[in-house]
Amino acid sequence: MKYYLGIDLGSVSTNLVVIDEDGQVINEVYLRTKGQPIKAIQEGMKQLLENLDSDIEISGVGTTGSGRHLAGIMVGADAVKNEITAHAIAALHFEPDVRTVVEIGGQDSKIIIIRDGIVTDFAMNTVCAAGTGSFLDQQANRIGIPIEHFGEYALRSKTPVRIAGRCAVFAESDMIHKQQAGHNLEDIIRGLCEALVRNYMNNLARGKEIHPKVIFQGGVAANVGMKAALEDALGCEVSVPEHFDVMGAVGAAFISEDEVQKKGKTNFRGFEISDTNFKVSNFECSGCPNRCEVVNFHMEDKIIARWGDRCGRWKNIE
Amino acid sequence: MKVTFPYMSNSHIAITNILEGLGNEVIPPPKPSKLTLSYGTKYAPEFACVPFKITLGTYIETLEMGADTIVSTGGVGPCRAGLYTTLQEKILRNIGYEFEMITFEPPSRYLKDIIRNFKKLVNKKVSLVEIIKLIWFAWEQLTLLDEVELESFKIRPCEVKRGETTRAYRKIVDIIAQAKNRDDLKEARKLADKIYSSVDRYEDVDPLKIALLGEIYVVMEPTANLEIEETLGELGAYVERTMFFTDYTINNAITDLFHLKGDRDAKKAAVPYFNEMCGGHGRESVGNTILYAEKGFDGVIQVAPFTCIPEIVAKSILPTVAEEYGIGFLSISIDEQTGKAGIQTRLEAFVDLLARKRKKKREEKIA
Repeated sequence: MKYYLGIDLGSVSTNLVVIDEDGQVINEVYLRTKGQPIKAIQEGMKQLLENLDSDIEISGVGTTGSGRHLAGIMVGADAVKNEITAHAIAALHFEPDVRTVVEIGGQDSKIIIIRDGIVTDFAMNTVCAAGTGSFLDQQANRIGIPIEHFGEYALRSKTPVRIAGRCAVFAESDMIHKQQAGHNLEDIIRGLCEALVRNYMNNLARGKEIHPKVIFQGGVAANVGMKAALEDALGCEVSVPEHFDVMGAVGAAFISEDEVQKKGKTNFRGFEISDTNFKVSNFECSGCPNRCEVVNFHMEDKIIARWGDRCGRWKNIE
Repeated sequence: MKVTFPYMSNSHIAITNILEGLGNEVIPPPKPSKLTLSYGTKYAPEFACVPFKITLGTYIETLEMGADTIVSTGGVGPCRAGLYTTLQEKILRNIGYEFEMITFEPPSRYLKDIIRNFKKLVNKKVSLVEIIKLIWFAWEQLTLLDEVELESFKIRPCEVKRGETTRAYRKIVDIIAQAKNRDDLKEARKLADKIYSSVDRYEDVDPLKIALLGEIYVVMEPTANLEIEETLGELGAYVERTMFFTDYTINNAITDLFHLKGDRDAKKAAVPYFNEMCGGHGRESVGNTILYAEKGFDGVIQVAPFTCIPEIVAKSILPTVAEEYGIGFLSISIDEQTGKAGIQTRLEAFVDLLARKRKKKREEKIA
């Protein structure tokens, strides 16, 4: 049996999965990035290894997420893929007849339109993160309800109130206003879910034909209130796959499998990287008025990658 | 008189030569940078488009370097570009700069103004024949620059080592910029062939074909569109731009002089979807999408400045056109807030989408 590792290094969470060649998820780790991507990956690798049979050997590794390039260099990825393709591939694996993928993560959201098994259109949020996980998280914190139970509150609502969802700052002040006016928490939370879905529909789904089967993935899919609000808005059933919160990583693992089959071998540096000393240093290039901040990426004492320059002067390490 | 003008792609090389040949001291505009944009953003109205901000920033940079005359173009029609120079002149005077703004309007309606303005820029004894020679040389230089740029688009998706084509291309542009006469240009052409042929390439590559269209400044100036052509090329796609400086001049200024319509094919193709004049290149964006679909391209990318009316109109029509003609479509809007990471992700996803679509189409053909 062959095993593949997928890593999704996102803005809010870092997810790692191991799948086998039949596409079964063997192990998964979901942790917070906390602004320290290198540490998050090392920690994730450690946790993954602890729960893995010792005889499992990784035959390929793929990375995705906004930190995919960094993650790719660290682990020696065979495939470095954007989040849209990774999510689409994973969704198609579990639901071959999917036609719409709704993905709401920590700081971004996407819609992917699929017809006959291929992506035909997509959109990512452009303006702000008002409709995404970190905002829900923040509100749950403010109200003092654990985020895991946030959705259940929404489902208990009988008369949801209307919250302004266009902007996170206004949404928050509107929520406070509704609280002070004496509305109960359930109705406000449900109202918030509806507002976020409305925001999503306006920003991303506008002008796109949404057909079932609709799959809802990303961390926010755990929120039953959001799922219900989405079903209301779309007028159809929305399904949440089993591994909804790590689908990006799953997709990256599948993609690495393809890539390794083409290439014949993997570049995986091994689980040892969790004990390797990685560090970054940066400097400002004074070659032109752009003054790019160039990042040096060190593994032990060697610079293994550089990025950040617009002109390509530093990118290639000879 | 110290003359300057806006920066757009490689045009500054030839424009500098012409202005110098006419006896002016020229302050060539520096390549737009973060600094340029920060000047432009500081003094431009917030919702002005990004070409306005970049050119305004360039003027501030060059005025600081001692320029006292700015040469730019105007325009007619609903696109705001026609008002750029008037508004920019006001803003710059309010800041406290003193200078003369010389605006070249379209030749068909303003031929007399053009001649009068041109005379202002002739500051040494020079015969008409010499002027024609000067402009002719500049034209040949620009044509060669466009040629080598087009070649770079073809080579980049096949390169073995990422970034090598871009470096070769930059080297060649420098050589062409140094040329002083036609012999130099011939020599530069030979050198260009030599430099390009030294770029290692894969032989049997059949790259995805993507056309870049939209508003002229962000299409043509790589720093304005965050080097979209380079990014796509390095993702393995062949990129064709709908506009090159020399084509644009023929299609707009020259045809206009003889009261002909420029870009006729694109405009004609757009008729069933978009028959009204809305300024800028909105209609051309729609028409070109159809033309490129017919040429067998896999996708088109519309790049437009945020708040650009002509392109907003086109953007609402393009998804329908793209679907009917079976060509992939992606729209990217650009302003000073646009980050490269976001564009990179979208471009990667778009290239994947096109690759899978093409693969499927070919499999169906075989089956």
